Amino acid sequence: MENGFSSPRSDVFPVGLRVLVVDDDPTWLKILEKMLKKCSYEVTTCCLAREALSLLRERKDGYDIVISDVNMPDMDGFKLLEHVGLEMDLPVIMMSVDGETSRVMKGVQHGACDYLLKPIRMKELRNIWQHVLRKKIQEGRDIEGHDVFEGLQILRNGSDRYDDSQFLRVEELFSVRKRKDVDKYEEKEFGETCSTKKARVVWSVDLHQKFVEAVNQIGFDKVGPKKILDLMNVPWLTRENVASHLQKYRLYLSRLQKENDPKACFVVGMKQTDSSLKDGDGNFSVCSSLGVPQTDVTNSSFSFLGDNFLHNVDSIGCEADRKRVVQEQTSEPKRAAATELIKTRCTHMKFNNSFASVESEGKLVACYPWVEAPQMKLKQESKPHQVQINQLPSVSSISSGRSATEKDKGSSIESKDCSQQMVHLNPPKPPTDSFSGKAKSFNEINDHFEPISTATAPLGVKNQNVIDLSSISTDLGSGFPFSSFDEDLQGYLIQDGCYPKNLEQIIEFPDYGDPGIFTEGPTHLYDAMRFGYEYSYDPTEYPVIDEGLFIA
Amino acid sequence: MERNQLSRQINRMRQSLFDQGFLDEQFVQLEQLQDEANPNFVEEVVTLCYRDSYRLIHNLEQALQKSPLDFNQLDSYMQQFKGSSSSIGAKKVKAQCTLFREYCKSGSGEGCFRTFQELKKERTALKNKFEAYFQLKRQAGPSQIASRPK
Repeated sequence: MENGFSSPRSDVFPVGLRVLVVDDDPTWLKILEKMLKKCSYEVTTCCLAREALSLLRERKDGYDIVISDVNMPDMDGFKLLEHVGLEMDLPVIMMSVDGETSRVMKGVQHGACDYLLKPIRMKELRNIWQHVLRKKIQEGRDIEGHDVFEGLQILRNGSDRYDDSQFLRVEELFSVRKRKDVDKYEEKEFGETCSTKKARVVWSVDLHQKFVEAVNQIGFDKVGPKKILDLMNVPWLTRENVASHLQKYRLYLSRLQKENDPKACFVVGMKQTDSSLKDGDGNFSVCSSLGVPQTDVTNSSFSFLGDNFLHNVDSIGCEADRKRVVQEQTSEPKRAAATELIKTRCTHMKFNNSFASVESEGKLVACYPWVEAPQMKLKQESKPHQVQINQLPSVSSISSGRSATEKDKGSSIESKDCSQQMVHLNPPKPPTDSFSGKAKSFNEINDHFEPISTATAPLGVKNQNVIDLSSISTDLGSGFPFSSFDEDLQGYLIQDGCYPKNLEQIIEFPDYGDPGIFTEGPTHLYDAMRFGYEYSYDPTEYPVIDEGLFIA
Repeated sequence: MERNQLSRQINRMRQSLFDQGFLDEQFVQLEQLQDEANPNFVEEVVTLCYRDSYRLIHNLEQALQKSPLDFNQLDSYMQQFKGSSSSIGAKKVKAQCTLFREYCKSGSGEGCFRTFQELKKERTALKNKFEAYFQLKRQAGPSQIASRPK
């Protein structure tokens, strides 16, 4: 079947999505193949990780998404995940019968864009295309929404196949953007934009080395994609490539820092809190005043926040975003996803506002995922940076939504207290407990990972109120080449965490069984998080590009 | 009519598999995947599952004979086996898998042995049920046929 992208005539985006399924269990391979075929995807199966890698390498642009089991005989599934993300920059979904928190977190850390629990249901597979779209949007963020617009078109065209309500949101999401750019794009043939598929850049060791040198030369705090690009002097590399790589790199660095000193994150947060609290409050009220309607979890969760929020979004950790949603096996996988997402946002928000509660809640747990990272790093043979970075981008997950919901549940988050509330949202539980059994929600994961700030500022945008990561770096003394992370980094981080509201719908958090989860409170907060970016603070523009490293 | 009787029998058998807790939701997923392109999908998957899991049963048996027991290894095998069983919705078997893994975590060799025996029993019981069920289904023929000749 033709790849939806390459065929302008195809009117349903997900049709023909090229999926590579990797699983050593032949029964599951057969089932997944059938399920994916029923979704009209183009499926390739293989039972060995190495085989999968060679298939991927053979046809660099031959697949859109990879689904792999965590336990493979010849190679650790996480390793495969890293390789794929690093070399091919494809979205990877992990699968396992084991939904233990630590495993899921590991998946998230390694950059999985989702984590499905077996037995996997068809509806979970139906929505994997959203990861692909998300990634494309993320990649195309710097291209003035070209791809985004494409995506929008695609989604619109596909609306007859999927739930219209979802697409409605997409329309909303892109509506402002449309207004701004519609003239530009109107005459453009959908097919035209559709057929130009960006070739993926493979960040080899050498290339990355050049990149790092350029960054060091410029000075991490002054760095920007254009400057890096100029310095690197690689003719075929585009500014967008560098921008997205820079973002991943920043996330990676911030994650490493956090790992080194989880407490520092909180400390930093605290400082930031004081200064930004006021803003935060103000922002929150702004947010709420934005009056984005929050209907139910699935639809609204994230309203657009005012640009003020950008200031508040802290950049620390998109990690929360990275939590991959663990698809709950039983009843509410979607909910989990949604809450995860929200959660991620929440964490960001929390960070901005009040760290006291964070700390008291023992949110050190939030640093949990990063803490593991160093081990991961050690495992990397020769390309630690690349590997890590690799993980970063893919992390973004639908999970953030979930977290938010959990939080909402736990406490009614009012704008004023939101940070506090959010922090307390998920009653702190030891990770293992919350993940006993199969149904694990990312909420729980997020709880532990709370203070993951995401950079809100897009490239070049300074977020005054963003948590000062430089303090983190100095505290940690992790031996980073850069003396400080500046707001840009923070901006980037937030970016990763943020994600256009409508995207959530696109991404499809499958039936949130409990609309109550997404209370009105924090959603605007989340939106704020989302907005951290780009060149203007126009919230309407953000959603399109927002998701940063959300992963695709 | 003969066919109706057969259909009813098949339905009853199928329902009892759920009611008695042998199968769960996943089996329904498999049924939904069966279509014209794969008219015997369910049976194929079940057969494949049993064939493949036999290898895992064998590994487990061998591992259980070691002394001392390598609980990590046992847990790893069982995880694979559980994954395989989950694919067809083998509810009771899965429950035994979970129990087995608990015993692995707590380091109880005795518990592992006992659970493993139970697991094999459940697996065989389910296998027999499946065989009877699929046999009837084959007898009934493809559902597209409006009525059987005669």
